[in-house]
Amino acid sequence: MQDGGIDKKRRHFLTAAATVVGGAGVIATAIPFVSTLSPSAKTKAVGGPIEVDISGLKLGERMVEKWRGKPVWILRRSEESLADLSGMTDILRDPESEVEQQPEYAKNEYRSVNPEYLVVIGLCTHLGCSPNYLARNEANDFGADWKGGFFCPCHGSKFDLAGRVYKGVPAPDNLVVPKYQFISKSKILIGDDSVGNGTGASS
Amino acid sequence: MSKLINGGIKLLNNTLGWIDDRFPLTKTWNEHLAQYYAPKNFNFWYYFGSLALLVLVIQIVTGIWLTMNYKPSAEHAFASVEYIMRDVNWGWWIRYMHSTGSSAFFIVIYLHMFRGMMYGSYKRPRELLWLTGMFIYLILMAEAFFGYLLPWGQMSYWGAQVIISLFGAIPFIGPELAEWIRGDYVVSDVTLNRFFSFHVIAVPLVLCGLVGLHIFALHEVGSNNPDGVEIKKHKDANGIPLDGIPFHPYYTVKDIVAVVVFLIFFCLVVFFNPEMGGYFLEHANFIPADPLKTPEHIAPVWYFTPFYAILRAVPDKLLGVVAMGASTLIFMTLPWLDRSPVKSIRYRGWKYRTALTIFVITFISLGWLGMQVATPNVTLASRIFAVIYFLFFLLMPFYTANDTDKPVPDRVT
Amino acid sequence: MKRTIFLFVVALAWLMAGSATSAGHHLYKADVDISDKASLQRGARTFVNYCMGCHSAAYMRYNRMGDDLGIEESILQNNLMFGTDKSGDTMTIAMQKDDAEKFFGTAPPDLSVNARSRGADWLFTYFMTFYRDDSRPFGVNNLAFKDVAMPHVLWELQGIQKPVYKTVQKEDGSQREVIDHLELETPGTLDSDGYQNTVNDLVNFLVYVGEPAQIQRRSVGVIVILYLLVLLVIVYLLKKEFWKDIH
Repeated sequence: MQDGGIDKKRRHFLTAAATVVGGAGVIATAIPFVSTLSPSAKTKAVGGPIEVDISGLKLGERMVEKWRGKPVWILRRSEESLADLSGMTDILRDPESEVEQQPEYAKNEYRSVNPEYLVVIGLCTHLGCSPNYLARNEANDFGADWKGGFFCPCHGSKFDLAGRVYKGVPAPDNLVVPKYQFISKSKILIGDDSVGNGTGASS
Repeated sequence: MSKLINGGIKLLNNTLGWIDDRFPLTKTWNEHLAQYYAPKNFNFWYYFGSLALLVLVIQIVTGIWLTMNYKPSAEHAFASVEYIMRDVNWGWWIRYMHSTGSSAFFIVIYLHMFRGMMYGSYKRPRELLWLTGMFIYLILMAEAFFGYLLPWGQMSYWGAQVIISLFGAIPFIGPELAEWIRGDYVVSDVTLNRFFSFHVIAVPLVLCGLVGLHIFALHEVGSNNPDGVEIKKHKDANGIPLDGIPFHPYYTVKDIVAVVVFLIFFCLVVFFNPEMGGYFLEHANFIPADPLKTPEHIAPVWYFTPFYAILRAVPDKLLGVVAMGASTLIFMTLPWLDRSPVKSIRYRGWKYRTALTIFVITFISLGWLGMQVATPNVTLASRIFAVIYFLFFLLMPFYTANDTDKPVPDRVT
Repeated sequence: MKRTIFLFVVALAWLMAGSATSAGHHLYKADVDISDKASLQRGARTFVNYCMGCHSAAYMRYNRMGDDLGIEESILQNNLMFGTDKSGDTMTIAMQKDDAEKFFGTAPPDLSVNARSRGADWLFTYFMTFYRDDSRPFGVNNLAFKDVAMPHVLWELQGIQKPVYKTVQKEDGSQREVIDHLELETPGTLDSDGYQNTVNDLVNFLVYVGEPAQIQRRSVGVIVILYLLVLLVIVYLLKKEFWKDIH
C-alpha cells in the first residue's frame, strides 16, 4: 500500500457522497416501516362516525356510547342544572373553555351545541381513567352544595356538568368534546360535523 | 468553530477509551474488520456470505413488522395476511420483501455452498466452518418450512400435511410422532400456532447463534480464496499476510457494491414481479386452506424440489424418507470424502471438474423434476439423477485420490 | 384404511403437480391493464350488478376502490354500494354460506384474491366458454371449469352458446366425441365484441381487486430502482478509488 498515489480529496468526497446518498436511502426505507404502525384502513373504517339515538334519554340521565373504543357520554341536563353552570366560575380552572378541548361550536358556557345535551369523551384529562357520574341529588362526599358532575376514582379529579375541570385537582384540562352534529332532533352523529351544526339544535 | 470540533473529537476519544477499558469494542472492530486480513484475490463467488447476512437482516426486520399484524390462528391467518396486503400502510411492501427474501435466502445460500465446493473451502482447516454452515442450511430449511404454513393457503396446508406425514414413515413411533408434531389428527389451528412460535422465535434464535459461530470460526481460520492457498504462510515483518488486505475498508466498499447490485435484482422482484410466475408465491396459496380438499396441482417451493425429487424417486415410503434425509445431510461429509491435496478447482484435475459439473447439472435437473407431474419418464429420470447425486459423494474418495491435479502456486495470483 | 386412502390421495395430488394451470381447454388471452381506470370502473359495475348477488370480495373496501378507480363518493354510494353499507366497509354480501350451499351445492367463493389463484386468462376463458348442457342443474356447462356449479349469470349479455362436436380417433382405435368449438345459438343483448370487452373489463377489475396495491407498487418500484442505480455509480467509484491501493 503506497500513500504516494492516493487522491485523498477524491476519496473523502466519494466516501461522503456514498454516506449521504446511502443514508438518505436508509431513512427513506425507514419511513414506510414507521408508517405501518399508524392506524390501518380497517382501523380508520371502524373508527368512522357513529349515529346515536337520544330520544329515550330522560332529564338528568347519562348514556354511554363507544366511539373509536372510547366512552362518549351524552348527558341530558335540566334547566336547573344549566342555570347552575354560570355560578361555578370561581371553583373552575378553565370556565371559559379557553384551552382547545372542544370544537369551535362547543366553546360556550354549556360546552355543547344544544344546551340541553352535553356530548363529551368520558376520559379524565389527567391520566385517562373514566370518571363516575354523580347527579346533583345523589349522595356524595363533596358537601351539600354539590351541583352534580363527574368524579374520577383514580386520582380524585372533579368536573362539573359541562365537563369543566375543578381547581385543585390533578386533571389539567376540561373533558374533550368530540366532533358531532345533530342530524335530527333525536339523532346525533358522533365523529363527524361536516354538515354543520345548529340546524338540529334549534328545530 | 475548530475548537468546538477538536473538543468534540476529544470527547469522543475519551468516551471510546472509557468503553474500551470495560468492553473490547475497538479490539472487536479490529479483529473482525479493520485488522482482519482477507486474501486480496476474492472474486464474484465471495460476495454471497455478506449477502446472506444482508438477507438475514431483511428477513428479521420485515418478520418483526409482519408479526405486528399477522394472526396465528386457523380462522384469521389468511385474512390477516390480506389485511397486511391491503389495509396496513405499506404492508404489501413488507410482506413482499419477506416472501421474496425467503427465496433470495436460498439462492444466495446455494451459491455460497457451491463456492465452497468449487474452491475446496470445506477442507482442512475449515471443516468446522463447513459444518456450522451446513447446520445453518438445515436450520434455514426448518425455518422456511415452518414459515410456509403461516399464510394458511392451500399450498401451506397440504405442503405441511405431506411433509409431516414423512415422519409417519419412521418404524414403530412414526404415526405417534407425526401426531405429536401436529398436536392434532391433521394439520390444524394447534399446528399453526406452534409453527408460528418456532418460526418467529425459536428457530431464528438458533439461526442467529449459528451465524455468529460461523463468522467466529471463519475469522479464526481465515478466509479461503479462489486459488486455495493459505495466505498465512507468507507474512511480512509485522506478521501481516503478504497477500492479505484489511477487510475494512477494502472488502466493505467492495461488498457494498455487491449489496447494491443485489438490491436492484431484489427490488425488481419485490416491486415488479413478487409472485415470480408462481415460484416465489404459489397461485394455489391464494385459496384459503381447506382440510377437505387437496388442490389439483401442488409441488413444494422451488428450493426444496431437488430433495423432493429424490423422495419421489424411491418406491418405498421409509427408504424414500431416508434417501431424502441423506441427500441433505451428506454435504456434511465432504471434508472427509475429498482426498485431494488441492483445494481450488483451478488446480484440480479433470476428474473432479467433471464430477462437479455433473453434480450441478444433476442438482438443477432434480430441482426441475421435483416440480413436474410424476409421469413414468419423470420418475425414471429422477431415479437416474438420484443415483448420480449420491455417486458424486460416495465415489469422491476414489476419483479425488488420484486426480490429475496441477501444481498449486505458492502465493495467490 | 381411510388413512391410507387419504395419504394416497395427498401423495397422488403431489405427484400430479405441474406448472401448467389448467389442462383441457386452451386458454384465451385476457388484455389486463390496471392503469385503464375507465375499464376498471366498467368492470366494477359489472361485478356489483352481476357477481355480488352471490360472491363477496370481503377484503376489498369500497372507499379504497373509489379512491383507486377515481369514482366519486356520491356515485360510489348510490350506484355501487348497498343501502346499509358505509364507505369504509368491505364488499360483503347478505347471502348466508349455508343457504348458498343448499342452493348451489357449494358455497360461491369469495373473489378477493380469485384472480391471483386462477389467473386473468383463465377467468377470461371461463366467462367466454359457458355452453348449453341440459344435463346440468342450471342447464349450462363450461369449457374452463367442467361441471361448474354456477349458472351463466351473463347469459343475457352473451346469449346462449351450444357445443359443436367432432369425432376423434383414440390410440386404441375407438372413436370419441369431443367439443370442437362453441357456436352462438341465441344472441344476447351484446354483440361478440361488446361481450368480450365487458368480460375483459370484469377480468381487469378482478385482477385489480386481487391486489389493489399493485398500482402503487409499480410506481414506487421505478423510483427505488432509479435511486439504486445512482447509488450503484457512487459506490462503484468508491470501490474503484480504494482498490487503487491493491496491486
